[in-house]
Formats: sequence, structure tokens, C-alpha cells
Amino acid sequence: MAQLEILKYPDRRLKEVSVAVDVFDDELRHFIDDLEETMRAGPGGVGIAASQVGRQQRIAIVDVSSKPKVSHHGKLILINPEITKWEGFTKGREGCMSVPDYTGNVIRAKKIVVTYVDEWGKGHEIETQGFEAVAIQHELDHLEGMLFLDRLVSRRNDLFKRKVYQE
Amino acid sequence: MDNGYMLTLVGKDRPGIVSHVASALYEGGCNLGESSMLRLGDSFTIMMMVTCEDNAHAIEQAVAPVAESMGLRLHVDKIDVTLHHHVEPDVHIVVYGADRPGIVARVTGVLAEAGLNIINLDSNVGGTPAQPIYIMHIDGVANEGVSALESALEIVTKEGVDAKLSPIETMIG
Repeated sequence: MAQLEILKYPDRRLKEVSVAVDVFDDELRHFIDDLEETMRAGPGGVGIAASQVGRQQRIAIVDVSSKPKVSHHGKLILINPEITKWEGFTKGREGCMSVPDYTGNVIRAKKIVVTYVDEWGKGHEIETQGFEAVAIQHELDHLEGMLFLDRLVSRRNDLFKRKVYQE
Repeated sequence: MDNGYMLTLVGKDRPGIVSHVASALYEGGCNLGESSMLRLGDSFTIMMMVTCEDNAHAIEQAVAPVAESMGLRLHVDKIDVTLHHHVEPDVHIVVYGADRPGIVARVTGVLAEAGLNIINLDSNVGGTPAQPIYIMHIDGVANEGVSALESALEIVTKEGVDAKLSPIETMIG
């Protein structure tokens, strides 16, 4: 296993859309091992996308099991993932190994259903919510060339603007 | 090494202040770091971390004409510019209640005693002129844990203000 170099914004490769994986071989699994090692080496990293190490393929790893009081599915290897259902909104603070020394508030779906295949090409579907759902949405954004910076909401204002009611 | 300054400008708000001040600083050879602009009431306020090859006098010379033409008071302090050393808040607290003298002093007093280091605070007066309410948002670091802060907030809620604490769990992906 080897630790890979994490691309840092403004590297334009972080803004590229990744392509689907169609070959599930030892090379892929070896890469995923390296990707996981890279994620765990990052300070507090609970997720990583292949595009963060310069491989523009639809591969992400999420593992929030180290966080206390968070429901989770353990280590998730998400290949060619798709979110098929969204429900609710939640505001949380996010940071990114590709954007050091900056965190900000982002609005995400509270609850999602994700379909994906694993490193052996086997299909899965999970329903998840809260912190794990936020992490998955953050990583899947990377596959679309999106960073949490693209979704920042104001540091000072709340989730929803006050409505102006008409008498 | 460049010299670091905290530049403060206060005056009546009007459109275009930030761009005029930023242009004057840029043309004066200064660089901006972190900054915070707020409209408080109908006043414009901004604090900017500025680095400059020259001294404080040079910054004042660069900004003074703009400040004067836009009716702003200018204040410059020498500071250590420490970028890339953000402190991450781990707790968010909202406090609100009927406006009365001493709310901020009381609430921040008990929170400080319980180990809160405030990173970010803003407060507002809403409601009606006859029945004003005070709303305060605080982001901070709970140096002695979240439960110490919860106990502290129980004290002030018994005194008639409402308070809500939510831990901030930053997701790094």
C-alpha cells in the first residue's frame, strides 16, 4: 500500500467530471487500498474520492465509524454511485483535504438512498442519514467536479431566509 | 517580511465603500488577508487584515483620501498577521429573549466560566419597538466540554432567556 498525493485546489483536475469504472480487476482493488490509506492519513478524513488523487474515475470511500454517536454502514467503497432518493435538509460544517485550512457551512439532504457497486462489481443499495449521508454527498460531488466551496452558505445567516408574509 | 496591520473603518453605509477601499489599498501596494464587513444599524463597519511593505503611515496615506471622501473614520493598528491558523468551532449557541440590559454580559459571563472561547458572535435586536427581542448567535470552542456549557445555559434559561446549543461536527472529506 502507498499513500497518494492529494490534489489541492486550485488544481483544475478537481473541477473535472469523472468517468464510470468498467473494469474490476486487481489494479483497481490495489488503487482502492492506496486511496483508503490516503484517506486515513488525512487529519480527521472520513471520506475521499479518486479525483482527489488525480484519477478521474467514479470511485469514493466513506467511513464515518470513528465518529462517536453516529449511525453508519462501516467502510463503504462506492463505485459508480448514484443517489436515487433525497429527503429533508440539514446544515453542517464541512472541510476538505483538497481545501486545507478552511471550513464552511453547507446544506445537504438529510436522508438519501444510494446505489453503487463494490470493488468486485457487485451491486448494493443503502439508505442512510445524518453525518454519513453528508459525507457521501460530499464525495459524490467530487465525482461531478464539485467542491463544497460551490455549495457554501453564509457563515452568519441561518438556513432559511425569513419569509415576508403578505396580509 | 511585510508589516501587518488591522485596518478599521466605520461610517454611514452607502454602496461602493468596499470596492473603493480595496482599490486604494491595492494601488498602495497592500495585500488583504481575512476581513469582516458588517452593516450594524445603518452604519458601515469593516475590519481588514492588511499586509504592506511600508509602514502604518503609508496605509493611512493610501486609504485616508477614500475614507474622507466617503465619510468614514479610519483606524490602523499594528498586528501579527497569522493566516492559515484557523481555530475550528465545535459548538454553536443561539440565545434569545425579551431585550433587557445585561443579557450579553450575563450569558457570555456564564459561558466563559464554563470554558467557552468565542470565535464568532453576532447579535441582533428584532421584534417590535414596544417589545424588542434580543437574538445572539455564537460559534465557539468548548474547552471544558459541551456538557459544562449546557449546565451554564440552564442557569440563564431559568432567568428567562431561551437558549439552544448544538455541537458542530465538522465533516472532512
